[in-house]
Amino acid sequence: MDEILEILEKDGRASAEDIAKMLRKDAGEVKKAIKKYEKEGAILKYKAVINRDLIRDEDFEVRALIEVNIVPQKDLGFDKIAERIYSFPEVTSCYLISGTYDLLVVVAGKNLHTVSNFVAEKLSCLEHVRGTATHFLLKKYKEDGVILKHKSENNKRIAISY
Amino acid sequence: MKNIVSKKVQIMQPSGIRVFFDLVLGMRDVISLGVGEPDFVTPWQIREAGIYSLEEGFTSYTSNKGLYKLRLGVRRHLKDKYALEYCPDEEILITVGVSEGVDLAMRAIINPGDKIIVPLPSYVSYGPVVELAGGVPVYIDTSGSGFKLTPELLRKNIDSRTKAVVLNYPVNPTGVSYRRRELEDINKILLNKGVFCITDEVYGDLTYDFNHTAFPTLPGARKNTVYLNGFSKSFAMTGWRVGFACGPKEIIAAMTKIHQYTIMCVPITGQMAAAEALASGRKSVEQMKREYNRRRLFMVEELNSLGLKCSCPQGAFYIFPSIKNSGLSSMEFSRRLLKEQKVAVVPGTAFGPCGEGYIRISYASSFDNLKEALARIRKFLEKRG
Repeated sequence: MDEILEILEKDGRASAEDIAKMLRKDAGEVKKAIKKYEKEGAILKYKAVINRDLIRDEDFEVRALIEVNIVPQKDLGFDKIAERIYSFPEVTSCYLISGTYDLLVVVAGKNLHTVSNFVAEKLSCLEHVRGTATHFLLKKYKEDGVILKHKSENNKRIAISY
Repeated sequence: MKNIVSKKVQIMQPSGIRVFFDLVLGMRDVISLGVGEPDFVTPWQIREAGIYSLEEGFTSYTSNKGLYKLRLGVRRHLKDKYALEYCPDEEILITVGVSEGVDLAMRAIINPGDKIIVPLPSYVSYGPVVELAGGVPVYIDTSGSGFKLTPELLRKNIDSRTKAVVLNYPVNPTGVSYRRRELEDINKILLNKGVFCITDEVYGDLTYDFNHTAFPTLPGARKNTVYLNGFSKSFAMTGWRVGFACGPKEIIAAMTKIHQYTIMCVPITGQMAAAEALASGRKSVEQMKREYNRRRLFMVEELNSLGLKCSCPQGAFYIFPSIKNSGLSSMEFSRRLLKEQKVAVVPGTAFGPCGEGYIRISYASSFDNLKEALARIRKFLEKRG
């Protein structure tokens, strides 16, 4: 992978100027490359990784992983029905998977009820959905390579050494 | 109590830098660019191997030379990386970091009064260890030649009592390293004059602009060299204290003799973890190296733009900029920077008198920390006008 992407994947806020210095490139060139990635959709968007454990009350949110069994449609396979599912705003991720179930859908809601209601009233009644299994998320340890634990830096090294 | 302490130790230079170090350690919220170890923790699969070995009850001594599987790992590693072959039975010794390796090598070869050449600025232990072993360190000031030991400097400093030279490249504190051709010239002189070589290549894996040359791979050098390396810097394993020494079997046998009476063996947990590092850690090393390299290029550019002139170091994770424009001594610059902006660096004089006018900056720190430190250094310099 291009090192520009490697840097941005770790730190979406890295400026083109800083990246240019790190890679000994021209800042204009880096800017152009980033623009190109954005245009092609290789870079889709920039966002913060939020540790929701530290955000209280009003933003409280439950998440569930839902395995969905579906009947593939002629000519369209799974894609069309997947689209109908992932278009719901409650769905935060959606994957086609191998194994007993076909889709793995991640759903977020205010509380257990909103999520169960979504499953019962929206998801399960879709025409091609044959069955679902809902797993509520109890704790998140690591997401997209980021360990969700705030670590203060350097406290383990002595501050100065040869 | 003063009379109890041996004369040899009494006259050892007390590190003048200690006072400054204590000052740093006593302060809070300091951003430190003074750390001589990686900011990464040991990669998980290596830590896991250490934990697993404890769970399995590997808590005994190992053979004096070290776990055989680790020596085999070292052999394979050097063969793959440098096409350099050492026999795990007779030519490889596992040591407590490179530090022990340096000490053993000195004690194994020095007769009273033997001279050992130490190019400066350098890591702090070589000279004192030579003295403890009864030798005489001969320091060479390399500040006039871009902090490199040149053939001329070397030739000029060799006489009939010269036993060995200590090389360390990439160099702590300057980050300077040598290309193969430069090392060939040094090697020719050593062979020609019958001077032995002790080479500390602990930063060898962190060489950025060209391939690192292991000294024993030079023509005729293998039989004239003790090669020292370790896991601390490449694998971010400083606290495990594991290194290795490779060399002609007579020398390794002599070093092993001292090692068996003083250390017995390297702690087994560290050896187990180190074996795993060689088996599966190369990818982590490459990842860390890429990250260091980006910081290196970034820092060199930024420091130069702040007026702290530095040439681009080729290895390790240090930059050695000049602070002569400030009109301050290295120590004073470092002390004021610490007091006024809470940024810690190491005065160049910690690494020898010819480090005067320079500071050592370590970029083994997160990118955010480096940026913040640079902002503070900028403020510091602006205030001074």
